Amino acid sequence: MRPLVLSARSPATDLARLGTGRQSWRLRSALSCPADDRDAALIADQNDWELAYARGYKLAITRDPRPGGVSLSYVRLPAAFAELGEGDVLGIYPQSGRVRVLYRRSSRHNFFLVTERCNNYCLMCSQPPKKVHDGWLMDEIADTLPLVDPTTPALTFTGGEPLTEWRRFIGLLDLTRDLLPDTAVHVLTNGRAFASPDVAIAWAAVRHPKLSAGIPIYAAVDHIHDYVVQAKGAFDQTVLGVLRLKDRGQRVEIRVVLHAITAPRLRETCSWIGRNLPFVDHVALMGMENTGFAIANNDVLWIDPIDYQEQLKAGVDLLSAAGINVSVYNLPLCVLDPSVRPFAVQSISDWKNTFVAECEGCSARRDCAGFFSTGRPQFSRGIAAI
Amino acid sequence: MAGFASPDAFSPGTSALQLLPIRFERLGADRFLVGNMVGDMTEMTAIELDRLCALDLAPGDGLYERAFEKLFIGSVEQRAQQQLLALRLRSRLSFLRAATPLHLFVVTLRCEHTCTYCQVSRQSTDRVRFDMDQATASKALDIALSAPAPLIKIEFQGGEPLLNFELIRWIVLTAKERAVPRGKQLQFVITTNLALLNDEVLDFCAKHDVLFSTSLDGPRDLHNKNRPRRGQNSYELAVAGIARIKECLGPDSVSALMTTTEASLDRVEEVVDEYLRQGLDGIFLRPLSPYGFAIKTKQFHKYHAQDWLRFWKRGLRYILDINKSGRRFREFYSTLILRRMLSDKPIGYVDLRSPAGIGLGALVYNYDGTVFASDEARMLAEMGDRRFELGSVREHSYRDLVLSDTLVSAVADSLTQTAPQCSSCVFEPNCGADPVYHHATQKDPVGIKPLSEFCERQKGLTTHLFELLEHSPEDAAILRRWAQ
Repeated sequence: MRPLVLSARSPATDLARLGTGRQSWRLRSALSCPADDRDAALIADQNDWELAYARGYKLAITRDPRPGGVSLSYVRLPAAFAELGEGDVLGIYPQSGRVRVLYRRSSRHNFFLVTERCNNYCLMCSQPPKKVHDGWLMDEIADTLPLVDPTTPALTFTGGEPLTEWRRFIGLLDLTRDLLPDTAVHVLTNGRAFASPDVAIAWAAVRHPKLSAGIPIYAAVDHIHDYVVQAKGAFDQTVLGVLRLKDRGQRVEIRVVLHAITAPRLRETCSWIGRNLPFVDHVALMGMENTGFAIANNDVLWIDPIDYQEQLKAGVDLLSAAGINVSVYNLPLCVLDPSVRPFAVQSISDWKNTFVAECEGCSARRDCAGFFSTGRPQFSRGIAAI
Repeated sequence: MAGFASPDAFSPGTSALQLLPIRFERLGADRFLVGNMVGDMTEMTAIELDRLCALDLAPGDGLYERAFEKLFIGSVEQRAQQQLLALRLRSRLSFLRAATPLHLFVVTLRCEHTCTYCQVSRQSTDRVRFDMDQATASKALDIALSAPAPLIKIEFQGGEPLLNFELIRWIVLTAKERAVPRGKQLQFVITTNLALLNDEVLDFCAKHDVLFSTSLDGPRDLHNKNRPRRGQNSYELAVAGIARIKECLGPDSVSALMTTTEASLDRVEEVVDEYLRQGLDGIFLRPLSPYGFAIKTKQFHKYHAQDWLRFWKRGLRYILDINKSGRRFREFYSTLILRRMLSDKPIGYVDLRSPAGIGLGALVYNYDGTVFASDEARMLAEMGDRRFELGSVREHSYRDLVLSDTLVSAVADSLTQTAPQCSSCVFEPNCGADPVYHHATQKDPVGIKPLSEFCERQKGLTTHLFELLEHSPEDAAILRRWAQ
C-alpha cells in the first residue's frame, strides 16, 4: 500500500480570474451556499456545476473534466489524489498548478509544516531540513487556520524546527488559541529555543488551554544525543528548554526515537527521565520511520526492534513505576513483549499507515499500529500473526 | 544533502570536564556505592571510582556515560547538569515550605495497658491529674492553627487517648470551627490501643472523618505478651476494633504499627501473617526507641541494630514473596526509604529529614501544656531530661516555640548536610537528622555516627534496598511501585 497522495500537480485548471498567488480554499458541497468567500464547491456529479454557479461559488474542485459551456474557475484533481470531503482545506498554487491538502476534517492526524529549516540535523530525520526561504509557509498556515473546523480534536505543528522564526510562530499559536481554543495543539520541536527564557516566556504567554510541546531527548548522555541530532551542545539546550517550559507550567512530551544508537541505552535513558524529569506529561518511545535521512544512515541506525525488546520492556517498566505516562509508538504489537503491549498506541498517521501479509488473520490487527508505508520500510523478523 | 559528522565530533573536550559533588561508601572488597547529592546511586569498582575522581574518562568508555547519567560529571560550559541537581535538591527540601503540619495532643498520660516497652512512661488510670484540660487544649489548638502548613494534622496521643474522649470530641469540633477563618484544612487521627473503642467513639469519628492508628505486635501470644492489660485480652480487643473500624469507617480508616521486641525477632513471618489476616495493606517493621520504660525496663538493650536489620530483611523477603503471589502488601519503612531513593518528592516522615523534623515537622502538646519538639522529646522529658522542651501553651506562641534557641540550635547543629560524617555520607540524601535520638543515646544532638544505631540501621536498610533494586529485578519491579 502506498501513502495517500496529498500533494500533486493538477491535470487541468482554470484559475485566471483568481490571480496568481497561493491561496487556501475550504471545500463545501455544491448543495449548500458558500459560508465564506474562500469556500470552493466540491463537485460530486455533473449537476453540481450548475448548482455551484447558481450558489455563487467562485471555484469548483472536481475529479472529472469541466463540462462544455461552464465558465466557473476550477481545479481538477489527479485520479490518484486522496478522497476529499466537506470541510477539508486545499492549498492551490496557480503558477505551478499544484494542489496540496492542508487539512482533512475527518482525520485525527492533521499537521502543518511550519518550516523546513532546522538547527538539528538528525541522523534519522524523516523530514530532512533544508536551508530555504520558506517563510511563506507560516503565511499559508495563518490563512488556513480560519478555515479549520473549530471542533477539530487535534492539530500538530511540525518542521523543520517550528521555532526557527520563533516570534512569528508564537503569533501563529496566538491565532490558534483565538480560533481553535478547544483543539489539542501539539508542537514538534527540538526544544533548544526554550533554553532562552524569552522564548519560554512567550510560549507560556500564549495560554492556549491545550498546547503541548513534543521534544526529543535521545539519551541522557550529552555526546550521544548531540551525535544523533548532529549538533554540539544540543543536549544541554534541550534539557534546559524542557526545564524552562515545565517551570512555567507548560505541557511537555519527551520523544525518544529507537534505533541502533539510542536503543542500547534505553533502560538508562528511561531511568534518567524517571529521576530527573518525572514532571513531564508524557514519554513516547517511538519506532523509527525508515524514510528521509534514516535511509541514508541505515548502516548506523538499523536495529531489528525484536533485538531491543529487553531494553524497551525495562524502560517502560521504569517509567510506569515512576508514575510517568508512557506510550510506545510506531511498532507492531507482534514484536513487543506482552508486558509492553498495553502501552502501544496506534500512532502512525492514517495517510501513511499500512499492514503486511502476515497481518491477515491476526487477532490483534484492530489494535495494532501496523507499519509506515513511507520511505523504504524494513521489517522485523519478529512479525507474525498474534 | 550535507554530510554527517562522526561520533567523535561531538565528544566534549576532556579539559572542560568537571566533577560534580559525589560521595561514596565501600560495599565490599572491590565494590563501591557512589552517589550524587540528590540520592542517585550506582556501583563502581575501585579502579572506576579512582578514574571518576581523576576525571580519567572518555566518551564511549562506558564509565563516562554512567557518570554523566548519574549527574556525577558535566562540562564547564554546560548548565543543565547543575540545573537538574539544583531543582531536584529544591524539590527534596520542599517540605520546608509547609512548616509544622503535624500536631500531637497528649490528651492523657493514663493508660489501662502496662507494656514494658512503653516509650511514654504511662500513668495508672485513676490519676485524673494526668489528663489535659480544655483550657490547655484551647491554647494548644491556637498554636497548631497558626503554623504555616495549609493542611494541619492533629494526632491524639497518650497514654490511651480514648480515656479522655470528651476532650478529643471538644478539640475536633473546636478545631473545625477555628480552621475556617484561617483557611486551614484538617486531618485527625487517634493513636489508640482500641481497647476502649465503643459505638459513641465510632459514630463521632465516622461523622468527623477521624482516622485511627493502633498497635498490633503480631499473633495473639506475642501481642499479649508485649502488651499486658488486666484480662490479657489486648490482642482480642485490638483485632475486634480494627474490624469494626473497617466496617463502620471504611478499610482505609485504620492503620496499625508494630514494635519489635526481643520476642518478635524470630517471628517476623507470623507477625506479617497477622497483618494479612486483619486485611491491612502493609506493615511498618519498627524498631524500639530508646525512651521511657523501654530504657527503664532494659527492653531497648535486648537487641542491637544488626539483630533488627536481620529481622527486617527476613520480613522484607517474606513480604516481597507475598507480593509475587499477587497480593499487594507493603513494608512501610522500606517505602519511606525507597521514596527518598527513587523520587524527589519530600516525605512527611519527621525522623528522616534534614533540617530535622523537630518543631519544623511536628509539635507535641503535653497534657500539662508543656510543648515539646517531638514525641520522643516528651518521652525524654518523662525520664527527667527536658532538653527539648520548647515552652508552654500558656506563655508561648507558635513563633516563640519554633524560633526558640533550644529548637534553632538543635536543628542547626544536626543538619546532615553539614554534620561530621553525614555531610560526606553517600546515604545522606536518603537519610535524616535525629537530634533527639542522638541526644538520648549519646548526650549530643549530632553524635558520633559509628556509635549510632540509627546510622547503622539507615545504612543497612538503604544498602539492602539498593542491592535488591540493582541485582534482583523481580523484587525491584515491586519495590519501585512502593515508592509511588
